[in-house]
Amino acid sequence: MNASLGSGPDPTPPTARADAGVPVRQRLAELRGPTRPPHPLDARALAALAANPGCERRTLLDGAGVDKAALAAALGSPAPYGQSQFAFMRGNAFEARVKSDGGTELLRLLGVADPEAALTPDVSAAGPEGRTARTALALREATTAKAWTLLDHPMLALEVAGTPAYLEPDAVVVHPDGHWTVVEIKSFPMLDGSADPAKVGAAARQAAVYVLALERVAARVPGAEVGHHVLLVCPKDFSNLPTGSVVDVRKQLSVTRRQLARMRRVEELAAALPGGTSFDPSGSTEELLASVEAVGAAYAPECLAACELAFHCRGRAREAGAVEALGRSVRGELGGLSTVAEVLDAAHGRAGDPADPAVAALRRAAALRAEALAARGGG
Amino acid sequence: MTRPPADRPGFDPGAEAARATAGILHDTLHGTHRGVVVDSPPGAGKSTLVVRAALELASAGRPLMVVAQTNAQVDDLVLRLAEKQPDLPVGRLHSSESDPYDKALDDLPQVRKSAKAADLAGIDVVLSTAAKWAHVKGVEPWRHAIVDEAYQMRSDSLLAVASLFEQALFVGDPGQLDPFSIVGADQWAGLSYDPSASAVSTLLAHNPQLPQHRLPVSWRLPASAAPLVSDAFYPYTPFRSGTGPEDRRLSFGVPSSGSAPDRVIDEAAESGWGLLELPARHTPRTDPEAVGALAQVVRRLLDRGGAALSERSPDPTPLTADRVAVGTAHRDQAAAVRAALAALGVTGVAVDTANRLQGREFDVTVVLHPLSGRPDATAFHLETGRLCVLASRHRHACIVICREGVTGLLDEHPSTEPVQLGVTVKFPDGWEANHSVLAHLAEHRVRWVPGR
Amino acid sequence: MSLINTLARLEATRSGHAQPLATTRHRHLSDRPLVLVPLTTAGEAGAPLGALVGTDREAPRLLVVPQPRDRDLRFAFLADLAETVLPHLDSYADDTEPAERNETDPETGKRVKVEVELCRDAPQLIVPSRSGIDYVRLLGRSMRFRRTAEQDPDAPYPAPPHIPLLGRWLTHYGERVRTPGAALLLCATDLLSRHWATGQSSLEDLHLGALLAWIDPPEGESGAEAARRAETGRDARGQLLCPPAGPATDPAFDNALLAPAIDAYDLARKNFAGAEDGGSADARLGELAAAERHVRDLLSAQLLPAWHATWRALDLVRALPEGPRAAERWTRDRWSYTGHRDRVRAGEPPQPRRDSAVGAAQKLASRETEQARLEAQEALDDPLVMAARRLTGEAFTSEVTGVEPAWTETKRPTPRPLVTVRTADLPQLGGGDEQVKVYRSLDGGSQSAEFVRWEAAGVLTLRLLNAMGRAKDPAPGTVPEVGDRICWTLFPHEQRGGAKLPDPEDTPWTHGGPPAVDGDDAHERPDPITPDDLL
Repeated sequence: MNASLGSGPDPTPPTARADAGVPVRQRLAELRGPTRPPHPLDARALAALAANPGCERRTLLDGAGVDKAALAAALGSPAPYGQSQFAFMRGNAFEARVKSDGGTELLRLLGVADPEAALTPDVSAAGPEGRTARTALALREATTAKAWTLLDHPMLALEVAGTPAYLEPDAVVVHPDGHWTVVEIKSFPMLDGSADPAKVGAAARQAAVYVLALERVAARVPGAEVGHHVLLVCPKDFSNLPTGSVVDVRKQLSVTRRQLARMRRVEELAAALPGGTSFDPSGSTEELLASVEAVGAAYAPECLAACELAFHCRGRAREAGAVEALGRSVRGELGGLSTVAEVLDAAHGRAGDPADPAVAALRRAAALRAEALAARGGG
Repeated sequence: MTRPPADRPGFDPGAEAARATAGILHDTLHGTHRGVVVDSPPGAGKSTLVVRAALELASAGRPLMVVAQTNAQVDDLVLRLAEKQPDLPVGRLHSSESDPYDKALDDLPQVRKSAKAADLAGIDVVLSTAAKWAHVKGVEPWRHAIVDEAYQMRSDSLLAVASLFEQALFVGDPGQLDPFSIVGADQWAGLSYDPSASAVSTLLAHNPQLPQHRLPVSWRLPASAAPLVSDAFYPYTPFRSGTGPEDRRLSFGVPSSGSAPDRVIDEAAESGWGLLELPARHTPRTDPEAVGALAQVVRRLLDRGGAALSERSPDPTPLTADRVAVGTAHRDQAAAVRAALAALGVTGVAVDTANRLQGREFDVTVVLHPLSGRPDATAFHLETGRLCVLASRHRHACIVICREGVTGLLDEHPSTEPVQLGVTVKFPDGWEANHSVLAHLAEHRVRWVPGR
Repeated sequence: MSLINTLARLEATRSGHAQPLATTRHRHLSDRPLVLVPLTTAGEAGAPLGALVGTDREAPRLLVVPQPRDRDLRFAFLADLAETVLPHLDSYADDTEPAERNETDPETGKRVKVEVELCRDAPQLIVPSRSGIDYVRLLGRSMRFRRTAEQDPDAPYPAPPHIPLLGRWLTHYGERVRTPGAALLLCATDLLSRHWATGQSSLEDLHLGALLAWIDPPEGESGAEAARRAETGRDARGQLLCPPAGPATDPAFDNALLAPAIDAYDLARKNFAGAEDGGSADARLGELAAAERHVRDLLSAQLLPAWHATWRALDLVRALPEGPRAAERWTRDRWSYTGHRDRVRAGEPPQPRRDSAVGAAQKLASRETEQARLEAQEALDDPLVMAARRLTGEAFTSEVTGVEPAWTETKRPTPRPLVTVRTADLPQLGGGDEQVKVYRSLDGGSQSAEFVRWEAAGVLTLRLLNAMGRAKDPAPGTVPEVGDRICWTLFPHEQRGGAKLPDPEDTPWTHGGPPAVDGDDAHERPDPITPDDLL
């Protein structure tokens, strides 16, 4: 493996940070609200960090474990999300079906000749720490046993910004050669061999987080290697029969590694906040508004589908006249102009340096547009 | 991964390249497979290989057709064939539009030109573009074909011509810009014959047993550039430079004035790379300061009496305008640079976009970084092939003009790409390649605040 | 997004109202479109929940699946849908005109003109949103491989008649959408976004209610305010004031209203099935009907706003005059409709699950041609679209300042007059090595010229190349005169088709060779159905 593709920096060396982590953890707990447990960071949330890594607000709130949905509601811009119970039930029913009979169908999708013979160790235990330890032990034993092994809902830990995030992949399969494969079970269909690319992309990013977490375990197990291809299992066509597709997650891995490494910024962001800042949703709206505004956001319309706070941030971006509220790409041709007023003033000759190509292009655009609309008026 | 041959001590580039070429020619002339695929990194002697294979096939009495992607590429191959073997009859099949081929072909008596394939029947070697070949119908298939720039050829384009030959040599550079379509083609993503994919990916999906070769040595890129380009863009198929660090030297008669353009020129002359970094700012594509800086660097390159010494000749070659090129991402940027150069009285320097610089070679290139000054990175600006083309056109040095802040832009780039099942992931992706190139360029940085 | 459209969006942001992006209508609209507003069940592929469908905006037909997990009820829904849609599709099939088509004579291999029928008009289908188009495609895919009892007496779960046929038609319409400029199947959001710029992002424009609010806000309200309300406004029960235009429903609706109603329906059905005697059966039947009516009422209330919004969108777009070349593109849609009619009548099998290598390449080539055609035609039809091309240097308006006769230096000299023009635009005419050609409209066709040189800033010379007749001197009216105002484009006005691809049975070895032809064509097999296929 080439160095430039290598494993990259370890996002959060867990041992070295034991001391330094405490104050950060405290500070983040204060931001969250002393009585509030941290909103658990799961793989979906970690994968979503890459959706808008330029947004400091999101980085801080997620890193601090703030319940953004509750915060958004307290700010008066509740997130419109929710899951339909029909979709929820369907998802659960499909996963149960895939894993019935000791996961034989799932193993068959991986090409296992005799799935009935595969080991299926119990990885349940009390509490996330216990389950994580139990999982690590089961992985080690399975690798030593050199036998096909299916781990149903194992638990993995990944330290993010001083806080352990507990991750629960749908399944991990250990191959006799020591290879570990992450299995993602989704209930969107694979229709004639293809599936919704946006959903597959999200699944791949989520799986990449599991691969990263597994690599921490594998590093301490001789002979173990985590596959950078994951198995995505979905219903086939319009049926509820499972079918699988192998997805290469190397790209998602390298992005996730880099973004997790940048999660160290959470400390810096938290340290830079004025005293008294709190994201506790039980605070007053004014206080919360001031606290949220104390950390910058990078709103773009894509946030609407990816972040609970998006409607709040959209409102602020629109108030400020930020052109990004119309889409990230809008900035492309506007150079240094960043607000609606600046752009329109430049376009209509009220401001701006005509030597700036962006200003010159805007003026030509405005003139050409006016000419064409006038032509319509005149017939 | 086993260690690439390029890292072996005692690596003899000439011998390695000759061995690779011999293997390719053997498979082409005597192999039993219907196809042979050759990956050629930048400047690895792709055209030389195509000409050599064509001549050997012709001399073995096996008539062949040559498929290239643009008229300029076809004309270039015709001229190279004529140079190597002036008595070989060559057919140039061309379109029926005005000015369909390079006028230089009119001076070659052995080259017959026609818009009709029937007029060229019986000639040993007939060359044309894929688009023109696609209109040829009702002829006896050729026994052999050579398909040049096969990675830039679209699968549907190969479909239209593949019935014209029985077996073929496919040559191309997998690291350059992928072919594209102006309409969505997602519905065929993952199909082995996705018409919008590259010809080679379809060919290999259906014929995985075909022998695949690789030219292991870049004769163009200097020792300073080959490792970076190989690591960043060809991680699984590494190559090395044919020359050593001492074989190439770029020097200037006029000493540095101490200005930033002069300093970045000296840095590039010394190390092969230079980054002229302007202050961070969001700019329109035709950033006047960056365009101006680029023009000044070119002006100084030409004014300072540059001389390029290389393995090609015992005497240094003067660095004249025709040995320098400017590369941009967009056509309007190229136009702005041309205007700025004209204002400084510079003529004769090639200024073009990455797409149009593909396959070309210069002593020194000056590149406007595709992400310079951008408020956002788009798939277009991140495309691996674009950066690869821009960073691999030079024999001596490459100078990149860029605004500060691109690393941050990359870090803040949302990663929400859709994933199509069954599509082979192209690796490395542009995001990663851009990071590694920038990290390297940062070691050769000269900061400049224009106007100060 | 082009800068000129960005500017329009910013103007809309400031004014609170949508701004025009077009001065003519770029899509043909039928006098009698069939509107379809479908809803689907969350989390289930191909489990429709309900639909409003029809050609009369005052009298839509409401189709409902009271329990979407029940295959029989789904089949009943699809059968009703077929009963509504197929007669409309059929009603255009027999009104034809004679037309000519180029075909290859199988005997001689030559291109010959063949007299064929072309339907005078074609049925047009309108859905609210882009996801509605995807849903039409999905419905088509889910139906066209079904087998009816008539087709296959042994089919374990035979589909009602006409379902496979409707599946083929919906597949055809869903595939035709991918051809740029095609109008057999359109969605209201695309129609509106093509003609107006709102003060929100294109992502937010996918919401029909919000998009319509920007363009046509209620009296006394700004578009921005109305859009915000349409997007997020909820009533006291937490239900959206403007339900989504489908096919997905709002989760709050599913959980609070729909799920209990479906549960009630299930219970009523169970009670009815368990009824012991005639009297209680009657009562149970009444309860079942009431439960079903409740589901219907709920879905009707979700569907009606989108139904009305879709018709309103059609009103707004219809008010623009149709671009002259939109009619020419509609003729291509009529060919497409006629072609599919012919394939159905000839008893050809349903469209395959996946295109063949040749089929895919043909589609891609024709769509690329149509894309170039659409871009050229919209610019030629609409000065506002041309303005965007002028801004990017792909077109320029000019005034002719000089004309100098000239001829080719060949045995038979042909005219190549030099025309000098003045322009305030900034066409991208030179710099590279290649010769740049420009085009202008002339006599319903176009004339091309090549760029010769810049004479001065804003003054350039062109050499006319064609369309001047066969004589030594140009035909009258074919050469511009001093003072003429001409808009030149750097893109051609007409498109040439690409090269002919091999026949599928001649697919070369590079692309896997000819597709396998055996008795049991894999493409035609129905989807496997398992006993527990409740979805």
